[in-house]
Amino acid sequence: MIRRRKVAFWLLVLGALHGIVLCAGFFAPYDPVEQDRKNPYLPPMRLHFMDARGHLHVRPFVYGLQLRPGTYDQYVEDTTQLHPLKFFVAGDRYRLLGFFPVRLHLFGTGNERIYLAGTDAFGRDQLSRLLFGGQISLLAGLLGAGFTLLIGWCIGAVAGYYGGWRDDVLMRVAELFLALPWLYLLFAIRAFLPLTVNPLQAFFLIVAVIAAVGWARPARLVRGIVLSAKERDFVRAARGFGASNFYLLRRHILPETSSVLLTQAAILIPQYVLAEMTLSFLGLGVPEPVPSWGNLLSNLQQYSVLVSYWWIYLPAFAMVPFFLGYLGLASALQERPNAYKIERKSLGSLA
Amino acid sequence: MRNRPAMFVRHRILFRLFLCFSALLCCPTFAHAQQNDSKEELLVLSGEVGRPGGRLVVSLRGEPKTLNPLIAADARSREVIGVMQADLVHINRATQLTEPALAKSWKISPDGLTYTLVLRKGLKFSDGQPMDADDVLFSFRVYLDENTHAPQRDLLIVGGKPIVVRKLDAQTVVFQMAKPYGAAERLFDGMAILPRHLLENPFQEGKLAQIGSLSAAANQWAGLGPFRLKEYVAGQRLVLERNPYYWKSDSKGNRLPYLDELVFLFVPNADAQVLKFQSGETDMISQLGAENFSVLSRQQNGYTVTDAGPGLEYNFLFFNLNDVGEKASADLQRKQKWFREVKFRQAVSVAADREAIVRLVYQGRGAAIWGLVTPGNKRWGDANLAHPPRSLDHARVLLKEAGFSWTTGPNGESTLEDSDGKAVEFSILTSSTNADRAKMAALLQDDLKQLGMRVQVVPLEFRSLLDRVTQTKEYDACVMGIASYDADPNSDINVWLSSGGTHLWNPSQSHPATPWEAEIDRRVEEQMSAPAFEQRKKLYDRAQEILAEYQPMIFLASPDILAGAKNSVGNFHPAALEPYVLWNVEQLFLKTGRENAAR
Repeated sequence: MIRRRKVAFWLLVLGALHGIVLCAGFFAPYDPVEQDRKNPYLPPMRLHFMDARGHLHVRPFVYGLQLRPGTYDQYVEDTTQLHPLKFFVAGDRYRLLGFFPVRLHLFGTGNERIYLAGTDAFGRDQLSRLLFGGQISLLAGLLGAGFTLLIGWCIGAVAGYYGGWRDDVLMRVAELFLALPWLYLLFAIRAFLPLTVNPLQAFFLIVAVIAAVGWARPARLVRGIVLSAKERDFVRAARGFGASNFYLLRRHILPETSSVLLTQAAILIPQYVLAEMTLSFLGLGVPEPVPSWGNLLSNLQQYSVLVSYWWIYLPAFAMVPFFLGYLGLASALQERPNAYKIERKSLGSLA
Repeated sequence: MRNRPAMFVRHRILFRLFLCFSALLCCPTFAHAQQNDSKEELLVLSGEVGRPGGRLVVSLRGEPKTLNPLIAADARSREVIGVMQADLVHINRATQLTEPALAKSWKISPDGLTYTLVLRKGLKFSDGQPMDADDVLFSFRVYLDENTHAPQRDLLIVGGKPIVVRKLDAQTVVFQMAKPYGAAERLFDGMAILPRHLLENPFQEGKLAQIGSLSAAANQWAGLGPFRLKEYVAGQRLVLERNPYYWKSDSKGNRLPYLDELVFLFVPNADAQVLKFQSGETDMISQLGAENFSVLSRQQNGYTVTDAGPGLEYNFLFFNLNDVGEKASADLQRKQKWFREVKFRQAVSVAADREAIVRLVYQGRGAAIWGLVTPGNKRWGDANLAHPPRSLDHARVLLKEAGFSWTTGPNGESTLEDSDGKAVEFSILTSSTNADRAKMAALLQDDLKQLGMRVQVVPLEFRSLLDRVTQTKEYDACVMGIASYDADPNSDINVWLSSGGTHLWNPSQSHPATPWEAEIDRRVEEQMSAPAFEQRKKLYDRAQEILAEYQPMIFLASPDILAGAKNSVGNFHPAALEPYVLWNVEQLFLKTGRENAAR
């Protein structure tokens, strides 16, 4: 049962990571669109335990950063006053899980603003933007993968089960979609859409586009499984007893595809998170000032940002644990004994 | 310390003037004889005497489209043409005043209608052929010919009639205008004198537009500028060589230009220009963004970057005030009701945090502006123009007076509503390739959010943005920037006049839509024909004040001119006017004497 434990482990990891992003309002100290115009491109503040005079503190603290006179992006630590980190403080109002109005934040310092991951060109807190940006990017990945699999599942099942001209037509269309240069297609679609797209519309547009271009591969996978499953003895037997097409699909054939779908999901979700990032990076995603990982990274298109402010890269690293989690889950799922359900069942029916 | 070199230069100029003066007084016959002898009247430039030779490399953002000044519309073509061609009267980019060029002097008749220009003697095109008054006549005939579609044509129509050009003798040309035109000699700047001996036939055949492409043979065209075409490698570079017949010399009598070769490398964008400069592949860089400027100034090895002070670029926000009629959507018509409200525009202006724009977008290397004339313009700024500080309270008062009100939403955010109870929301267009303006729009978005306006920023590819603003007129508001090519107000005439094509908030009107636009038209047209500077200034000041009162353009900020050059480049003096670093290209030289031809 080591395999089951592996799956549980990865699920737990992913659950924790998603929980953090889901409750971004609580973990993020500030509103992600709030501009602190006095502090553009402020580097991440260091957490200290030892102060400038060599005294050790139990509670970690930060020093405020001040612009070096005559510069616009060079900061020095102001060691005259330390700002201890406080936990569970009241701050900006936000809505937990989108519903409950709350003011509680995991940490803060009270008076001085704290930027543990630095700020961007407008002095917006990079950590808060990172966490809130994850909501958009991950949700786009999850929803996109969900829709893709739903469409692919339906089309694959129909094509595989009914065969004949339906199979031909659907699979040729699928091949057409596989061959599409979809990035350019996206640019074309965006050009035809109205000028102003509000963030919500833009978000669903991304999800729809991702799902629309991605369904072909899972559809072909599902079709293959359905094709082989419908010739199994237990399916033939059920048909012999007078089972309807719908009953056969629902009861006997589609359950065979579940492990493939789960594995596909674990592979597709990170892929689609990446797709959202690519689209936002290219300016096709959610508009400013709403953060998404792609939006955050698109700042790096400027050479000066690229060479001057390393903390703008952080969103690129934020996705690494998520991707590891999903890929770990995918491989654990592939190892599961259920993956060989068909063989076992058919053996069982022989015996 | 800083004053000393300036004083020194001034003394040197005085001294030189004194020398010239005494020479004229003492032996006029000798001077005359010398002229006859050499048959050449070179223009002598002051400034550091350099050493001849070497090759200077600069980069261009993309390839120039043409070397033909008659069809060049893009900035890159104009930059290259600028070093290959010459004009009769030139605007000195450093002093912003006019100076003799191909014409050694000019006279204005008392009624201000007739300009008599006397050409230098012994002028030669870059192919060695002599240039005289016939070439001038030919050039202006070509510019004024309707079939040529030269962009210069509009400038040469004064008072509704084209300028009439006559030849008095081989050295003297008379320009006759239908109406007095203030500072008409500035018109000649940028009007390249064309080689009649090469272009007469193509002109008669109507084939002028086909000539002067980059790949054409070098002998197809000749100019009077410091450099001439040597080699063009498509997609990579354009190599120009020294024009041996150039008509300027330094104070020691050495014929300019100093450089043997000038190379333009084609690179895709501003960041690539920075990389090339940083790696030492190019010798100079201009039009630097503030952020790239700070990257370069952090690690200066072998080069120096300079902040040449405020330029003439003005960035602004404007609303769609076009009379769009029934064809527009009801949505836009509703929004235009707000936009047409003067107090609404004033409120937006007063809420804009210009100081933050200068700090966050330009890293302090720029200036907040409240009018079209930037601090980089030395003579035309209006000292009386109000600079109201940012005040959200004042903005709220203005909006309240205009009938707007606020409601508070469930999340505690306040929303501005008009008198019909509709929420105020609109979009601001910006060019997707201009990071600075996108940032300005993002700052404005946040400023206006504090007034309860919901604003969306829409980055758009520049050409489709221009199409929306000037053709289809389907937009709410737009952030744009214009860089005047000259400090004289007449260079912005199409922004001021309601009939102008860049009167962006409502371009190309058949007659002024509002009384205040009519008033601006009147003032600006009057100043065009006023002869004295003081008179023109007074009228122009008034026009600036009207613009500031009605806020059809909400002026935001003007960036400094940031440029850089290797320490080995001599006479590097970036100016506030285009072309920022190549304006004195004939005087640029390489100090070390290193032959970098092996590159």
